[in-house]
Amino acid sequence: MKKLLLGNEALAQGAIDAGISGVYAYPGTPSTEITEYIQRSKTATALKIHSQWSVNEKTAMEAALGMSYAGKRALTVMKHVGLNVAADVFMNMSVSGINGGLVVVVADDPSMHSSQNEQDSRYYGKFAMIPILEPSNQQEAYDITKYAFDISENLGLPVLLRMVTRLSHSRAGVTISGRRAQNNIHLSKNPTQFQLIPMHARGRYKHLVDIQPDIQELSENSYYNEYTNAPNISIGIIASGIAYNYLMENFEDDKCPYPVLKVSQYPLPKKPIKKLFDTCKKVLVLEDGYPFIEEAISDFLGENRKVIGRLSGDIPRVGELTPDNIANALGFDIIINENIPKVVSGRPPELCVGCGHRDLFDAINQLGKEMKSQQVFGDIGCYALGVLKPYESINTLIDMGASITMAKGAADAGIHPAIAVIGDSTFTHSGMTGLLDAVIEDTPITVIISDNSTIAMTGAQDSSASGRLIDICKGIGVDEAHLKVLTPLHKNLQENIDIIREEINHKGISVIISQRPCIQIPKEKKDQLKALKKVNLN
Amino acid sequence: MKTNIILAGVGGQGILTIAAVLDTAALDCNLNIKQSEVHGMSQRGGAVQSHVRISDKEIFSDLIPQGKADIIISVEPMELLRYLPYLKKGGFLVTDLNPFINITNYPELKELYNEIKSHKNTILIDAKKMAKEIGNSKATNIILLGAASSLIPLSDESLQKAIKTLFERKGERIVIKNLEAFEKGKEIAAEIVSLN
Repeated sequence: MKKLLLGNEALAQGAIDAGISGVYAYPGTPSTEITEYIQRSKTATALKIHSQWSVNEKTAMEAALGMSYAGKRALTVMKHVGLNVAADVFMNMSVSGINGGLVVVVADDPSMHSSQNEQDSRYYGKFAMIPILEPSNQQEAYDITKYAFDISENLGLPVLLRMVTRLSHSRAGVTISGRRAQNNIHLSKNPTQFQLIPMHARGRYKHLVDIQPDIQELSENSYYNEYTNAPNISIGIIASGIAYNYLMENFEDDKCPYPVLKVSQYPLPKKPIKKLFDTCKKVLVLEDGYPFIEEAISDFLGENRKVIGRLSGDIPRVGELTPDNIANALGFDIIINENIPKVVSGRPPELCVGCGHRDLFDAINQLGKEMKSQQVFGDIGCYALGVLKPYESINTLIDMGASITMAKGAADAGIHPAIAVIGDSTFTHSGMTGLLDAVIEDTPITVIISDNSTIAMTGAQDSSASGRLIDICKGIGVDEAHLKVLTPLHKNLQENIDIIREEINHKGISVIISQRPCIQIPKEKKDQLKALKKVNLN
Repeated sequence: MKTNIILAGVGGQGILTIAAVLDTAALDCNLNIKQSEVHGMSQRGGAVQSHVRISDKEIFSDLIPQGKADIIISVEPMELLRYLPYLKKGGFLVTDLNPFINITNYPELKELYNEIKSHKNTILIDAKKMAKEIGNSKATNIILLGAASSLIPLSDESLQKAIKTLFERKGERIVIKNLEAFEKGKEIAAEIVSLN
């Protein structure tokens, strides 16, 4: 019996069936549904698989490593830029190695549908010198996840599993096979494995280097790297992950006339690539994301170049792959019968009608008219839409938590008013440490935490900040006289402007919590939040 | 047999309900299905689409190539036109006529309808009004699905069964209203096609 699953859900089911004891993650498009699926799964609940959200990707990955240390299998999940946050533990756990199987799922977002860049996580996998898996379809997302745990435990290394938006968010029928039991607690036989002081770390790093031939061998023989012969040798094609589907889409009866190497496991398998080079006159590389493979196999000096792809310009250098841009590279005509009529206007996303962020931006914009040099440093979340019309309230948007720290640096440089706007969950994710920097120096910035009591942009997941913001700010050392709470409603506009103005005029750090639950969260949850707030006040 | 359908609308209008009915029915008929959808930032009041592909053979791409869509079903008239480059020659358009206006430069309705009507195979209906008439304004989507159903290679029985399965947990009344909506959609489409 087939189950209809998103690529993300197939992967999650694969992890449950691989015998994980926990998933650790922070929400981020396009990765969110993996953890949500495990949270909703009755099987996972019955098996007591840990699935609560973590505060950020670093805490998530470290907790996953802790579970692996205890001998059990753990999955950790994030979007591509989340791996930047977790990069510290990621790079070091490849040196320590793991105990229970550990798979790091990173969902990349080529074309930046919901992201600020299109970084390609395969570089991280190579950087950490660990195996990388890249499924091409939903069934493979299920199967390859189970396989990922196998090779993780066999090699004693974490494995990187790379998804892309289009596979994460596309459904297909998936055949589910058996589930294996979770591991029992068992510690590593090597007592120094996880003690990365230099004298032990050198040994572990040497070990990581020494087992590279084993990792290479796995790729050479992998079921997921498949070479298909064909008669037309004018060109040979390497297609990785989802690119394989777009390639095959272009041929009738599923028959590609050219030899094809489908790549879903790295390091790159050398033997079949050599065979392709020896057989074909030139090689076309199809990969979603950066020209990772193309760069690796291109002639460094660009002479006698036989490799084409994104670097050569045959495929656009930026943006996601589509069946159409691959058709172009293959020299096929795309028949577009009609263009988009002139009458059609663009429809960018916008803040919901009734959203509290709107009322906050109204107040900030009013102050902007008064204060000529006001700069507003934004952050990651729905309120990033404050960059667009009609608000255009925000001057910067870089990464999780950068609002507070950039406001601090700008204030240090002499900018005033310097206002940071950050969401509740983004604040607990990466804003707290920056706030401490500002508290220590009593930097004259105004931090506005726009608290909607949820992680709204990714679909209203529980926020770690709920009911805790005031205590956290006090604990970090914010002076209570400059820790204010306001309710962003139109009827409070003047009052809210006055509160923010007063804190802008304070020559030190101020925090204003602008508090109103997201209109998208269900009523039951709002009632829970109200109860939580009452407890907190008592 | 391979049928490519693009579902169009604005984030929050619920095009994924139509997708879910199609997916469920196709899987039930042992057909292959791929259905891509949009999550994340664009869901907040922006243009969204879903590509649905149904076939008795293996389907490779999750995305429909340009010029290859058999049908575009839209819950919003301007959004329908955004995906015209995907429509194959002789493909069909099915849309609700009620605009969702959340932008300042929304086109003149008359101009918009003229553009839609300039296409031969078009079913332009007031699905929202029809849904209200049967007493379930949320069933607009299912009326549009009903209107498009004769163009989709899935039997009415399998689509009706999928509607029952999907709305079951909302109670029998909702199931009945949605089946009624499906029927209304079929009827009006039949009338329009016979007029052409």
